[in-house]
Amino acid sequence: MERLGAQTIKLQNPPTIVEVASIVGPKEGQGPLAKYFDQCLEDEFWGEKTWEKAESKIIKETVNSVITKSGVPADQIDYCFAGDLLNQCISSSFGLRELNIPFFGVFGACSTFVESLCLGSIFVDAKAARNVLCATSSHFCSAEKQFRFPLELGNQRPPTSQWTVTGSGAAVVGENGSGPYITMVTPGKIVDMGIKDANNMGAAMAPAAVDTLITHFRDTGRKPSYYDMIITGDLGYVGKEIVCELTETKGYNIKNNYEDCGVLIFDKEKQDTHSGGSGCACIGVTFSGYFFKQLKDKKLNRILLVATGALTNATTSQQGESIPGIAHAVAIETSIN
Amino acid sequence: MKPIETKQEYSNYVDQKSPNSPILKNCFNAFWVGGLICTIGQIIMDFCKFKGLDETASSTIVSIVLIAISAILTGLNVFNKIGKFAGAGSLIPITGFANSIVSPAIEYKSEGYVMGVGGKMFTVAGPVLVFGISASVIVGIIALLFM
Amino acid sequence: MDFIQSIDWIGILKCFVVGGIICIIGQILIDKTKLTPARILVIFVTTGAILGGLGIYKYLIDFAGAGATVPLLGFGANLAKGAMQEVKTAGLLGAFTGGVKASAGGIAAAVFFGYLASLIAKPKIKKQ
Repeated sequence: MERLGAQTIKLQNPPTIVEVASIVGPKEGQGPLAKYFDQCLEDEFWGEKTWEKAESKIIKETVNSVITKSGVPADQIDYCFAGDLLNQCISSSFGLRELNIPFFGVFGACSTFVESLCLGSIFVDAKAARNVLCATSSHFCSAEKQFRFPLELGNQRPPTSQWTVTGSGAAVVGENGSGPYITMVTPGKIVDMGIKDANNMGAAMAPAAVDTLITHFRDTGRKPSYYDMIITGDLGYVGKEIVCELTETKGYNIKNNYEDCGVLIFDKEKQDTHSGGSGCACIGVTFSGYFFKQLKDKKLNRILLVATGALTNATTSQQGESIPGIAHAVAIETSIN
Repeated sequence: MKPIETKQEYSNYVDQKSPNSPILKNCFNAFWVGGLICTIGQIIMDFCKFKGLDETASSTIVSIVLIAISAILTGLNVFNKIGKFAGAGSLIPITGFANSIVSPAIEYKSEGYVMGVGGKMFTVAGPVLVFGISASVIVGIIALLFM
Repeated sequence: MDFIQSIDWIGILKCFVVGGIICIIGQILIDKTKLTPARILVIFVTTGAILGGLGIYKYLIDFAGAGATVPLLGFGANLAKGAMQEVKTAGLLGAFTGGVKASAGGIAAAVFFGYLASLIAKPKIKKQ
């Protein structure tokens, strides 16, 4: 492992993303990426009595699925890094309580998936683990209940609001394998530009994404064009545009190879999702479902995965606090030079 | 574009980047749905008076009937669709008050009937009663002083 | 049949227009400010109580009927009216009992039907 510049870590023995799995809810299953997911659920409860139990089941089944698909024996998976949006990360801890793998609960709001990949890949690179499991989940209904209003309340969603993705994405990262490799890790700083509107998370998180992107380019000396695709987590239409423009003011042009999972996962017009998708699962399922297959098929060879999170809760927004954002990045490449 | 340094600059920039609500369309929908709800109330009111009830009793019956309809529509998962379409049109009439009591009652059923339904029922509408009733007490006291 | 013939259509029209305009005010608050639904309801009920207390709101009720009583402004005005009337007969005690007494039907109905709905209904996702 080697430190580059201010924040970036270059992995000496880049770990391989051995396998991924994704399960999504019905709305995501009607979206443009439906065919890439492992499983699309028929209903949001999935046979459970509460939204929280349903979310736990989704992450549990996704993790079971990724372990089975990867072919790695469960006793060779040394640690698990997982987190979600619900208070005290209950979806992960309750969903994975029977997993029997040492567990790190991770909270980075919607950046949790990449935060887990950062930590997991460093563990593997440092030989502290042979294989690690990284997982995350979110659920539209449990998130609305905790962060916003009861589902039956007849309120209007403003055009800047985003739709929490129901689903779970999980990955097994191991020391042996032929890629795609995690080559660089850039953990992000907390950036707060004073946005208070809980219905405009994209704008609240965009400055953090810009900060992490610029830092990554400076630390590594890479240009945006080094990557086939730069992918942010859940900035949505509003946040995506802000990131494009703000990176340009700092002298980096990412317009040609930049996508946002919140924009990709839903059809804005048909599904009425306003500014796009959000939630831990947004980048979790979009990477596990779509981008991982693109890497495997070598349609994409170098991507920079930047997950963004809004570190807020219902209490802080009632107290008039602004919304701190965070963004973590990992570079994933199909070959190591 | 110039680089953005301060929170104020960013806030202005975000305001300009964020799409606005379609206010004319929203107001139009709020107008006719809200008007329609009031009209339904008026017809119930006229009917009660036609049956010989007095003003106060008729008015109370209007409230109860509209609240009952809202509770049913909320339970059937229809009210949120009306609310999404009509905005203030269904929020500002008494139907919105009913919806804001019934919706958490259903949502928090998973936490049990006492602390879930009973405890969370007023999470949205509680302030309406707190401020409405407090204001009425103050008005009453002031009225007493001027009597 | 007799009832339908007895309907005052001009009254209905006034009710529709006034009720609709009050809702437009609410909609402008929703779209132009970032107020949550709870805050908007509080603003309306408090404003209603003040207008009722000042004796202004009853003119609107005379003009528009349910167009003025059904919106939450009317709920607030009714609370204030109840308190003011009760004060006349019961003095200070009336300030405390009058408001809730006048709107007891609405409050009890909301609580009761809320409980009833929670017994029957199950949370569902918004389809949009």
